[in-house]
Amino acid sequence: MARPPRTAQERAAARSGWAVGVATALYGISFGALATASGLDVWQACVLSLVMFSGGSQFALIGVLASGGIAAGGTAIASAALLGVRNSFYALRLSRIIGPGFWRRAAATQLTIDESTAVATAQTEPRAQRIGFWVTGLVVYLGWNLMTLAGALLGNLIGDVKAYGLDAAAAAAFLGLLWPRLKARQTQAVAVAAGFVATLLTPVLMPGLPVLAAAAVAIVFGVLNLFGRGDDRPHPDPIPMEREVEP
Amino acid sequence: MTTWNIILLGSIAVLALKAVGWLVPPKALDHPVVARTSDLLTAALLAALICVQTFGSGQSLHLDARLPAVAVAAGLYALRVPFIVVVPAAAVVAALIRLLT
Repeated sequence: MARPPRTAQERAAARSGWAVGVATALYGISFGALATASGLDVWQACVLSLVMFSGGSQFALIGVLASGGIAAGGTAIASAALLGVRNSFYALRLSRIIGPGFWRRAAATQLTIDESTAVATAQTEPRAQRIGFWVTGLVVYLGWNLMTLAGALLGNLIGDVKAYGLDAAAAAAFLGLLWPRLKARQTQAVAVAAGFVATLLTPVLMPGLPVLAAAAVAIVFGVLNLFGRGDDRPHPDPIPMEREVEP
Repeated sequence: MTTWNIILLGSIAVLALKAVGWLVPPKALDHPVVARTSDLLTAALLAALICVQTFGSGQSLHLDARLPAVAVAAGLYALRVPFIVVVPAAAVVAALIRLLT
């Protein structure tokens, strides 16, 4: 099957996908190790990574189980779900990028996570967006699951992943994904406000809720078009036939 | 509830939340207000995640090696250093600070 050669931006999308995927996968080792330290067995750690497949939710679930045990099961499930609500928002955004087709959308459902959404939406060309989504999603899925298994088997041999600065790397990676979006004034305003809201609410609310409160900021700014310009196009068209001309 | 029940119920809930967004018909998303808002949502969620991962520790705020690491990362992004260099650099900054303090 002959495919047209990839443009520079499409190659760049695939490259970021690999970079983000590998960095995230490395973090999976800490999930596996922490899961077994929280009392799960190797299979339970692996099922979480295979089926739940959403880092924040997975860490929340094992965190609650580690401190509260099985009695805290309801809270554990609720925390995981709260942290997973943002994936619904990501799906709304990805829906226009991925396009129609039941099986394709079904496969994309499981890969709907922070990283794949961020890489996809950081691209401007539609085909580059799709390449960014699939490469990131698949590399993260494979890497995260393999590393969960490795971490669960190796357990305490690795020690605290914080010693390697991997927690800071995760924040730096998300910053890199946010950076290219900060060109429009409206996006800058939303990002600053959302960051403030999430930080200020962290001590007050259950984990997961501060990030969702930040989503409310975006909804207010988006609906009222605060800081937006009247002539702003909302976004590169979802699936246009011709490529955008970059200045 | 057994541990397996918790794991399976939690996993199904998170997967179902992903599916909810995909079940909204794409045409409903064509309205400019909806398109603009769903775009801003991604930026807002990313900004919130960055802050929570930089300052948060469970349900409290902590200033530690993560902040200088993220600040270095921001500086490097401003200098247009590629992602693949910046992320390990941030990890090294945090790891060094923790090693030395």
